[in-house]
Amino acid sequence: MHRRTLLTGAGALAVAPAVVPAARAQGAKTKIVFWHAMGGANGDQINRITQQFNASQNTVELQSIFKGSYPDTMNAGIAAWRAGQAPHIVQVFDVGTGSMLAAGPAVKQAWQLVKDTGVKIDFGAYIPSVKAYYSLADGRLPSMPFNSSTPVMWYNKDAFEAAGLDPEKPPATWQEVVSMARTLKDKWASKSQDRMAVTTSWFTWIQLENFSAEHNLPFASEDDGYKGLGAVLEINNAGQVKQMQRLLDMAKEGTFKYGGRDALPDPLFFTDKAAISFGSSAGRGDIVRNAKFKFGVAELPYDPTIIKAPNNTIVGGASLWTMTAPHRTEAEYKAVAEFYRFLGTPEQDALWAENTGYVPVTFAGFKFAEKGGYYTKNPGADMASKSLVRGHLTVNSKGLRLGRLPEIRNIIYEEIEKALQGQQNAKQAMDNAVKRGNVVLRGFQRSVQG
Amino acid sequence: MKGRTDWAAHIVLCIGVAAFLLPIWLVFASSTLSAAAVQRGELTFIPRLSGFGVYYRVLTEPSAGTGPAWRMLMVSASMALAIAVGKIVISVLSAYAIAFFRFPFRLTAFWIIFITLMLPVEVRIIPTYMVMSELGIINTFTGLTVPLIASATATLLFRQTFLAVPDELFEAARMDGAGPLRFLWDILLPVSSANIAALFVILFVYGWNQYLWPLLVATNPKLDTVVIGIVKMISTESLTQWNRVMATAVLALAPPIVVVLAMQRWFVKGLTEGEK
Amino acid sequence: MERRTIFSGWLLPVLLVLPQLALTIVFFLWPAGQAMWSSTTLTDPFGLRSRFVGLANFRHLFADPLYVATIWRTVEFCAAVSTLAIAAGMVLAIAADREIRFRGLYRVLLIWPYAIAPAIAAILWILLLHPQIGLIGRWLNSIGIPWDYQLNGPEAMLVVVLASSWKQVSYNFIFFLAGLQSIPKAVMEAARMDGAKGFFRFRTVTLPLLMPTVFFLLVVNLVYAAFDTFGTIWAMTSGGPGKSTETLVIKVYRDGIVNQDIGSSSAQSVVLMGGIILLTILQFRFLGRRSGGQ
Repeated sequence: MHRRTLLTGAGALAVAPAVVPAARAQGAKTKIVFWHAMGGANGDQINRITQQFNASQNTVELQSIFKGSYPDTMNAGIAAWRAGQAPHIVQVFDVGTGSMLAAGPAVKQAWQLVKDTGVKIDFGAYIPSVKAYYSLADGRLPSMPFNSSTPVMWYNKDAFEAAGLDPEKPPATWQEVVSMARTLKDKWASKSQDRMAVTTSWFTWIQLENFSAEHNLPFASEDDGYKGLGAVLEINNAGQVKQMQRLLDMAKEGTFKYGGRDALPDPLFFTDKAAISFGSSAGRGDIVRNAKFKFGVAELPYDPTIIKAPNNTIVGGASLWTMTAPHRTEAEYKAVAEFYRFLGTPEQDALWAENTGYVPVTFAGFKFAEKGGYYTKNPGADMASKSLVRGHLTVNSKGLRLGRLPEIRNIIYEEIEKALQGQQNAKQAMDNAVKRGNVVLRGFQRSVQG
Repeated sequence: MKGRTDWAAHIVLCIGVAAFLLPIWLVFASSTLSAAAVQRGELTFIPRLSGFGVYYRVLTEPSAGTGPAWRMLMVSASMALAIAVGKIVISVLSAYAIAFFRFPFRLTAFWIIFITLMLPVEVRIIPTYMVMSELGIINTFTGLTVPLIASATATLLFRQTFLAVPDELFEAARMDGAGPLRFLWDILLPVSSANIAALFVILFVYGWNQYLWPLLVATNPKLDTVVIGIVKMISTESLTQWNRVMATAVLALAPPIVVVLAMQRWFVKGLTEGEK
Repeated sequence: MERRTIFSGWLLPVLLVLPQLALTIVFFLWPAGQAMWSSTTLTDPFGLRSRFVGLANFRHLFADPLYVATIWRTVEFCAAVSTLAIAAGMVLAIAADREIRFRGLYRVLLIWPYAIAPAIAAILWILLLHPQIGLIGRWLNSIGIPWDYQLNGPEAMLVVVLASSWKQVSYNFIFFLAGLQSIPKAVMEAARMDGAKGFFRFRTVTLPLLMPTVFFLLVVNLVYAAFDTFGTIWAMTSGGPGKSTETLVIKVYRDGIVNQDIGSSSAQSVVLMGGIILLTILQFRFLGRRSGGQ
């Protein structure tokens, strides 16, 4: 008896279908499915958007499903397409863009979608550095920019005060970071075994990808891969090696501490252990909720010996891709386009940004949030948007368009971790990363040119 | 002399027992701390009575990265039961056919089942995933359980047990005019009940503890098992709530341990006889 | 051994064996065939383009010094885990086999850890060894011994070896205890009469009689260490830092599922199948017994 209830319970779980085929039976509502990777508070925002979109009209019913992490969501989308059951919309992280562009008939690119359905979406409304990341070489958009963040520098004002530094003057250059880190270490971090002067989340994204963009250094040939599949990595050049060596030297003198890959080091900052931490602007929510100290936020520092005036930083986050499936109707594609249009309206764009820490992806969205007084009430919240429009948008600061970029990031992590253990210096680490990364790039090139 | 070696045995055993009990006790006691205290490294061996509410909270509320634990426990329990029961049923049937009948391709069938011993899930992860996506059973309860139900080990075990059944029993049944299915149900199953019980424990633990398989086929959070859920809880991008992780770990450990302890007698006998 | 008494008819047995056979073919043979086919092709993640490349995937694999390093790392890891787990299980079993007080209780307390999931073993060990929150890890740092397995390769290896072998001790304990109990009392008595004592008696009488159990457990432990430790390693280090805890199974998962490199990961699957077939043959050659594959 007991076992039976357990099994029926599980049966009920299993029945909830992954994809609802366009059911015309009840009413005339077109059903579309959206797979996303937003858990926690950001997931609640997706649910809010879903409800508001469904309430805003009566022809389309949107169903949003959380599919786990970014890679899980993307892989689920790929597997579903192969099985002929792809969702209408899938949220794909920035670094998956290269792979999605090679997806051919599996996706309907955004510009094509707009052309086919005639739904009015103004691509010109999107902030250039956001749009540039996802654009094709000719400027057309294959996917819709959605949640976008950019790296910023978080710092602990209480720690600055304790170390006798001006809490309103965060370091603007890397030279200042190095010297302030020494002061922070001596006067603040040395007080507890858990504390450290500087750490960074998203090591590869922030200290290499964004560092290269800021300093107008190519990350890879072919305009960071935007011009063709034949790109090779160029991160073993003097500028990047200098930055890596700087971090290695800081680690050696105890002013920088590596806290792990991706976002793993995030808690080090808001639990009062790191005085300076580089992280995503989207980490704001967690910091506001958890930090029991005064904190500040600033743009990424730069190295004036490499560039006089730094470029914009690049975005991270994800965009929305429209997927195809057998028997998908015009009405369904139109519904998808309507949803994209809804997301791009200033109030939705602003609401999303205000509640998550991502930046508004349209100018109008930013203006809307500004007019609503969001940025005066939350000083520093506009830092990410400012960082995205500073300096010049060049071929080196658009972003990266490399296949299998997640794998390349892992290779870089591995080589950096070896260097941090003292097994190699910065130049060797970057040389190895280039060598191994290029093998991955060639493998991708072979597999898509078939 | 004997006294001294006895003391040595006591010391060795106490160390061994402590090596298993202390970590679990540490986790149990520390689950009653606040998340912040754990983050500060203040683990404890003394439970805080006021902190037991965490068990109610993890059971009923979602944690960062996962849903409420009751749901994950249900998925785990259903999965473990479905695998254990499913494996036993189809293995008994196939072992019975192979041991008591002569039919075309009997040896072929036996060998096909047999070679699966050489293909554990871990070595065919990717191709199985591809096959599953062709079949469209990714992210379903079917996909979670059915592929794990095929079992050469259990089939071979039952075949061995059945072959050991004395011929007299078989003759007696035939005298009574019992057909093949009656014979299976009335004679063979009761005779093998100890093996079935032992196998149930082994398979229940096997199913409950699966990690790679559900990680692969069930990305839908609704199908998270409790083992998957815990690993998700420690790899979220926000602050790991260690007290919740520890409470969930205790909840995840309890059912298989209870099953092993409750059926220990059969289990130990079945394990050592069956797997050798 | 075959049975003389047999039921007649063929339809019923075929129906009975069908479910098992169908599952085996769909979820074992088809994927294995698929793996062999994919290992000779170059395919993009969406399966849009697939090109036959012969043995190129294997050539790339074995030409990659990192893959070869991962093979050796896996061998070392398996050897370390098996040795530790078998030794600990044997010592505990010998102690628990003595006629001492509380031996029933000791046995129960050493059997239950069989139920611990590898992934949960990882959580327990994180709480012991994590440099910031772990009981032991924190203590090491506080007394001035730098300890951070998230950054130090050898330390990370030590951590995953400890957690993985810890989880397997109880299994070995159960088998050694059964092995010891099956040694006839008369043999031990005879040894005692001859004046064989302590370690000498263990080495000359007990150990040789336990050797079949040791061999059996060696194979089971190697298979466990090679495959079932995925959950432990993935939860503790995900193969890092660098590649210092990446085993073959971790690499298959990373390349196939995370990186969607289907050709290479299929080739790796085929290599793994070769490895396990080798282990199975070894077991049959030396033991004439079948493995506890599940």
